[in-house]
Amino acid sequence: MIFDTTKIRNDFPILADKVYGKPLVYFDNAATTQKPRCVVAKIEELYFHGNANIHRGVHYLSQKATEAHENARQTVANFIGAAASSEIIFTRGATEAINLVASSWGEKFCSAGDEIIVSAMEHHSNIVPWQMLCERKNLKLRVIPINHDGELLLDEYENLINEKTRLVALAHISNVLGTINPVKKIIEIAHKHNIPVLLDGAQAVPHIKVNVSELDVDFYVFSGHKIYAPTGIGVLYGKTNLLDQMPPYQGGGEMIQNVSFEKTTYNSLPFKFEAGTPDYVGSVALATALDYVQSIGLEGIATCETELMRYATKRILEIPEVTIFGTSAAKSAVLSFNVGKIHPYDIGVLLDHQGIAVRTGHHCAQPLMDFLKVPGTIRASFAFYNTFDEIDTFINALKKAVAMLL
Amino acid sequence: MTINEIQDKIIDEFAQFDDWMDRYSLLIDYGNELATLDERYKKPENLIEGCQSRVWLNADVQDGLVVYSGESDAVLVKGIVSLLITVLSKHTAQEIIDADIYFIDAIGLKEHLSPTRSNGLVAMLKQMKIYAIALNVKNTSK
Repeated sequence: MIFDTTKIRNDFPILADKVYGKPLVYFDNAATTQKPRCVVAKIEELYFHGNANIHRGVHYLSQKATEAHENARQTVANFIGAAASSEIIFTRGATEAINLVASSWGEKFCSAGDEIIVSAMEHHSNIVPWQMLCERKNLKLRVIPINHDGELLLDEYENLINEKTRLVALAHISNVLGTINPVKKIIEIAHKHNIPVLLDGAQAVPHIKVNVSELDVDFYVFSGHKIYAPTGIGVLYGKTNLLDQMPPYQGGGEMIQNVSFEKTTYNSLPFKFEAGTPDYVGSVALATALDYVQSIGLEGIATCETELMRYATKRILEIPEVTIFGTSAAKSAVLSFNVGKIHPYDIGVLLDHQGIAVRTGHHCAQPLMDFLKVPGTIRASFAFYNTFDEIDTFINALKKAVAMLL
Repeated sequence: MTINEIQDKIIDEFAQFDDWMDRYSLLIDYGNELATLDERYKKPENLIEGCQSRVWLNADVQDGLVVYSGESDAVLVKGIVSLLITVLSKHTAQEIIDADIYFIDAIGLKEHLSPTRSNGLVAMLKQMKIYAIALNVKNTSK
């Protein structure tokens, strides 16, 4: 291991907990990650010593809170390589960020007969908002198919593009298969046709270095809670020229410039999209989490998680009945599998009772389950605080469960 | 045996085991022993759709008694179905309607099952009682 895992694990008190009297093995990191002490300490510090509503008061505390919130925006911008902090909109999460774009951008730029391209491996969050837009405006949803390794068929993607295509909305990394999609190439192809691209980066940002400027992506979204920050805070990155043209998503305080009963004018970016009191504690806690990730280093994190993944894959194949879903060479730390004909739920319950937290079910990707022809899968997903010992515990527990169920 | 006698028997059976994995083994045995549900009963109105697994429950009347059959795609859930059928099947509709089902809590199934499954369990029991009420109404209106 390239860094001191023992020291890192001390940053996450929950990892020392027991469930059913067994040491917790937390392998559900793709659903949400655990929180380091520094993040929780920051939340406490803000509420105990830095709390005031932002952008409103002239008083000291309000100014301090405003500064912290805006510094957090800059931290996020730096973290993903955005050109300006005004291109960072705080949302409740990746889902809300996608809904914002579908609602606001979709309202302005789509009309009957237009088409939106998604892929067969999308999370429901990157399907349903577009379906809702399609229903509202009579658009058509087109789907990029995948192969049995869980990779997008790029030729098919190019064939889907036509003069009616308005947007490509795609997962950067699949939450089920772990596939790291060739987004740079996908964006280049879309841009040749002047089509903007939205990437759902919920599974990418915690694991690999993302630079929105280098990718030249038009919209990028992610959730705080999947990158060691609290729930309820997320990010929409959008290029200035696009965000500027989009109407506000929600109305209320903060997003206005001037309100009268005759006419209201809207605030400039990013405030136009942040109606109501923003989650300024969440934004600062997110920035703290991003600083924490950076202090460990994304390169090291990626290397560590790849090693964990490689070891887990090798060990799980000791069980002959195991089928792994997602076998792309470009793969993140997500191990989806089934064992023979055993229902994933049965394995999930028996692993749970041995202290192991994995996700079972359709992972909010039912169309993908249909493609794979399974009711669901078992998913073990890793973070840099996981260990090889935990993988051994997991494999032993899995073998025990399989012996009971086969 | 009365419904309560069967419940007590099941409670004793599970009480033999201290280790939860052993209790789950017993539950799996119950699941595997459950007769396969005839395909014609796997119709939408018999389906209880859960987040993780699916359950089918059917009720018939034989010699004035309610006879349940059921199945699930997950064997642990099938085990629960099997236990509920063992307890409730072959009793009169009125006995089933009046039954106080306490074995689930007593063997710790409810607290040790994840919330989604606990809901499923509650939903299953509710469905079985609804069948009994429907059959009872049908019976008395004859």
